Amino acid sequence: MTNDIIILPLVIHLFFSIVLMFFWRQVNIQKIVSVVGNFVALVLAIWIFIGVYSQGILVVESGNWPAPFGIVFVGDMLAVTLVLLTAIAGFAVSIFSTISVIKARLRFGYFSVFHFLLLGLNGAFLTGDVFNLYVWFEIIIISSFVLISIGGEKNQLEGAVKYFALNFFASMIFLTALGVLYGLVGTLNMADIALKIKDVDNTTLVEISAVLFLVGFGIKSAIFPLYFWLPASYHTPPSAVSAIFAGLLTKVGVYALIRIFTLIYGGDAFLSTLLLALAIMTIFSGGVGAIIQNNIKKVFMYFIICHIGFMIGGLALYTEIALAGVIFYLIHDIVIKTNLFLISGVIYRIKSTTNMKKLGGLYANYPKLSLLMAIPLFSLVGIPPLSGFWPKISLILASFNAQEYWFFAALIFGSLITLIVIAKLWSEVFWKNQPKIKFPKKFIYFDQLRMGQKLTFIFPIAFLTFVTLYIGFGAEHIQQVSQRIATELMNNDSYINAVFKR
Amino acid sequence: MRTLILKSASSYLLPVLLLFSVFILLRGHYLPGGGFVGGLVAAIAFVLDAFSNGLDKTKVVLKVHPGFLMPLGLLIAFLSGITPILFSDLPLMTGLWADDPIPVIGALGSALFFDLGVYLVVIGASLTIIFTISESA
Repeated sequence: MTNDIIILPLVIHLFFSIVLMFFWRQVNIQKIVSVVGNFVALVLAIWIFIGVYSQGILVVESGNWPAPFGIVFVGDMLAVTLVLLTAIAGFAVSIFSTISVIKARLRFGYFSVFHFLLLGLNGAFLTGDVFNLYVWFEIIIISSFVLISIGGEKNQLEGAVKYFALNFFASMIFLTALGVLYGLVGTLNMADIALKIKDVDNTTLVEISAVLFLVGFGIKSAIFPLYFWLPASYHTPPSAVSAIFAGLLTKVGVYALIRIFTLIYGGDAFLSTLLLALAIMTIFSGGVGAIIQNNIKKVFMYFIICHIGFMIGGLALYTEIALAGVIFYLIHDIVIKTNLFLISGVIYRIKSTTNMKKLGGLYANYPKLSLLMAIPLFSLVGIPPLSGFWPKISLILASFNAQEYWFFAALIFGSLITLIVIAKLWSEVFWKNQPKIKFPKKFIYFDQLRMGQKLTFIFPIAFLTFVTLYIGFGAEHIQQVSQRIATELMNNDSYINAVFKR
Repeated sequence: MRTLILKSASSYLLPVLLLFSVFILLRGHYLPGGGFVGGLVAAIAFVLDAFSNGLDKTKVVLKVHPGFLMPLGLLIAFLSGITPILFSDLPLMTGLWADDPIPVIGALGSALFFDLGVYLVVIGASLTIIFTISESA
């Protein structure tokens, strides 16, 4: 029974999405059920995290089929940490959705699909089987396609089509890579592949499969030449949906890259060089993209791309310090990116626009709220002692030790450009006087809301900001967890032994 | 398409096809068949009825909204998956089988309930799609 706890996040989300379907028309009941469901998932995720932290890797063989034949679910530290972060983001976004997403959208099973998305994310983090990973990716794509297109506005559908087409294409490449890999080693269990791939003579084909994986996951995680779908689609749905996409969807791609490239293709020299070059280009293009945008949602989107480069580059360095930095950055990034899009949702509700040119005077009118929003913005920049600062130390140290000065420069460039853009955003949106624009009359402004509704808007942001503050001020704990994950990733014997119960 | 031949045939075909779909459902697991195919055959039975007698009458025959069958089927499949965790301390989705086969149905196991769930989901999904299209057409 003890091992079975790692499967519970999947069971809970599936259960709640089914329950939500029974209340298809009663939107108000759905809101309560979804928030309760996400709260239960959060409590469970904390419990599982503590369980794995104290007992080591937990493995469930679904259907009681022994390891290389059946599908295994592996709860190692990396997986359960991400499950916990998914639960935190899911809880915040579900509360935010109850107030910010209009009823016409909620009527089409929004919450049910939302839980299916979380199910897919948790499944992708926990599975120990590559083909099963593909299946979870499909669940993620299908549910995110529904979420992005619910409402059926014109630009939304345009974004949805771009999103779906490119991600579906990525899945096809992923499947091809899987086919090549299966042809080489004859197994789909990740631990089993890790054991058998060392004996494969045809190294060219191994490298081809690795590059195919890189392209497939690269599209999903929006790295340099493959990121164009992201700015085209993420700003179109409501802020709550953008938030969960920004926080978690691209990070699933990063997770898959980390998992595949540490466990299966550990430290391949050619791949490391390729990944490092891509990371530098990703940081550069994301940063440059962010600086020219005027819509705050689009600025945040380019930041997603820019900061993906930090993680990919750290993975390419493939040392323990670098991986610890990557994991820390991942933890920081999921919370912060979710929060940024929730903030943009509140700004939209206050001013009916997210265009920086039309915004202003937020600090004068809402000083407390502005200070709350300042914390995640400054954490993003990495002002010590806030959360963005700590992982960058590890990454910069690792790049210096590895004498990868281009990546070192790219890290500095990325941080600097983040600082410049956030400074610009702060002065434009918060400090500048409100420019004279026409405010639309038919719009429910933040001021017109009741106190309870305002609190529902603010609570998720405050909750995520609190988590960010904990990551910043309790950096020692996070660093310990990241170090432990990095050690586990570098020595994959513990993972393999746990799967095969040796 | 309301011809006399189709109309009189469909009143016999509906129960026969439904019975056949249940046969296919039970035949599954070791032989070709199962919930998906069975569900499609059952959906065809109702679509044929809708063609000959009109959509409104079919909805009366069906009694519940087809959309309701989807969560119901999912729930049954879900319960069959978690039963091993709840009652016998085995991992998720372990196949549980009764010791003695039951006449007509055969060996009874949790796989049958999973298939039953799939059967209902397929009926629900395909009928919802077809009914929605024919209502808006």
